[in-house]
Amino acid sequence: MNKQSYINLTRGIIKENPTFVMLLGMCPTLGVTTSASNGFGMGIATLFVLIFSNIMISLIKNVIPPMVRIPSYIVVIASIVTVMELLMAAYLPTLHGALGIFIPLIVVNCIILGRAEAFASKNNVWQSILDAVGMGVGFTIGLTSLGVVREVLGNGSVFGYTFLTEDVSPLLLFIMPPGAFLALAGLIVLFNKLQGSK
Amino acid sequence: MTNNQKKFMNMVITLTIIAGASAFLLSSVYQFTKEPIAKAKDKRELEAISQVVEEFDNNPFAEKMIIYSKNQKDKLDFYPARKKGNITSFAIKTYSDNGFGGKIEMIVGFYISGAIKNFKITSHQETPGLGSKADDAKFKEQFDGFNPNKQILKVRQDGGEIDGITAATITSRAVLDAIQRATDAYNNFNAGK
Amino acid sequence: MSYLMIFITAVFVNNIVLSQFLGICPFLGVSKKISTAAGMGFAVMFVITLSTIVTFLIYYTFLQPYNLGFMMTVTFILVIASLVQMVEIILKKVSPALYQALGIFLPLITTNCAVLGIAILTIQKNYNIVAGTCYALASAIGFTLAIIIFAGIRERLAYTKIPTSLQGTPIALITASLLSMAFMGFAGIGG
Repeated sequence: MNKQSYINLTRGIIKENPTFVMLLGMCPTLGVTTSASNGFGMGIATLFVLIFSNIMISLIKNVIPPMVRIPSYIVVIASIVTVMELLMAAYLPTLHGALGIFIPLIVVNCIILGRAEAFASKNNVWQSILDAVGMGVGFTIGLTSLGVVREVLGNGSVFGYTFLTEDVSPLLLFIMPPGAFLALAGLIVLFNKLQGSK
Repeated sequence: MTNNQKKFMNMVITLTIIAGASAFLLSSVYQFTKEPIAKAKDKRELEAISQVVEEFDNNPFAEKMIIYSKNQKDKLDFYPARKKGNITSFAIKTYSDNGFGGKIEMIVGFYISGAIKNFKITSHQETPGLGSKADDAKFKEQFDGFNPNKQILKVRQDGGEIDGITAATITSRAVLDAIQRATDAYNNFNAGK
Repeated sequence: MSYLMIFITAVFVNNIVLSQFLGICPFLGVSKKISTAAGMGFAVMFVITLSTIVTFLIYYTFLQPYNLGFMMTVTFILVIASLVQMVEIILKKVSPALYQALGIFLPLITTNCAVLGIAILTIQKNYNIVAGTCYALASAIGFTLAIIIFAGIRERLAYTKIPTSLQGTPIALITASLLSMAFMGFAGIGG
């Protein structure tokens, strides 16, 4: 793999991490991360949409007149999301139920349109895939870690595996909306510290 | 054609092609997933039903009936569970709009006497860790054998005989509201028979 | 449920930003000053209400009768995007003053998930047109209320000494968290 490809792949994971650095896609980040598995599921769903939308947009970038660029991209992205939603409802009904309204809202996740505009519309298919994988993995890591923190503190379990006994009550706050903001603030501080110390 | 017209036509054609392709793709995926989605939904419901009624050997789905509340306002699904042909218990699909986060949907199982056996919440938007405890066995246990026609189906604060979920009174009330709805519809159905 | 109840629930209890997590991007992004926050708030209010009415009509005239529910996401987002563009063009011609005030926020609104979110939720909640409009308007008012309060706090925060590691985003998120806790106090009104 040459240097440029490597940069494109890793950009999204650390340097421009969508969750901790760019603060993109905050709605699902805060909304679905009440448990580690929900966060992971949402991350993977977004990863898939991102890969397919980057591929499609990179393929059609030259035939789209600049004036109708945004509407075309939106239709492409919305179609991919709907396909995803239907497949999920058919084969992963539990996850589909847990993520709820946030699945159709992947369409307006700023990461997807942002990468389409900023990267896929200017680069070839292969580089666009790398970029999508990087960003998607970065997003998944962000969501999963936020989900883990909230589930451990708020429910005394991780990935559904309970480690607290009945008589210890967890910090429910972290499962509730205020805890989402608080946990994310903590993780961003931690991320900045780790980055700074390198 | 002037240059502008050409540009315009170009835009219209591109957008039409993209929209058409999208519609075609979506309708084919929809056709393809229609059956699995319906199946997944049925399976979930059948699972919920089998959790709340006595052991059965019929297909409650095939014998589904619609029962109405007194003023015809609510239409609820009614599923009889049979063992060797005799109805042993039945399940009613009911709901409440008064949950903390909105609508709560559940399936309530009844003994043939009209007493509650168990219930299963199929869809809700309650606070995880608080209202979501309504589906825990700890809360549900007290309902086994509870007869809403003979006992007061209300939480203790409201003068009833049910222990509400700690810090989730609204959810507890909503669950009772849904059970009451099912009971009313069943009584109405029985009276009309 | 009465319209008043829908209204109060949507503004306070289930505040779209602080408890539903819709529209977080503009909430965090354009809330450094009260004036811009208010501009964004009013632009969003206008677009949400209008787009919910339009998408509602489209859903019940075209999508539902022909069993095309699966096209909902695609149709709605396209309608919203064109609506935003149209509002921008009309505003530019009709009221340059208002355009000056709201114009820069309009393009950002297409990707505000609150707009699409409310449009879809209105359908999912099976509201009729009056209840749906009421719900959309109330949610948008909730958004405006939250973003203006948030901006007010952030204006004050700018003069405060904040530990280095909390500066910027973390302190904004902590503020949002406290605000969200405050709004949780409204819980139960709707019960």
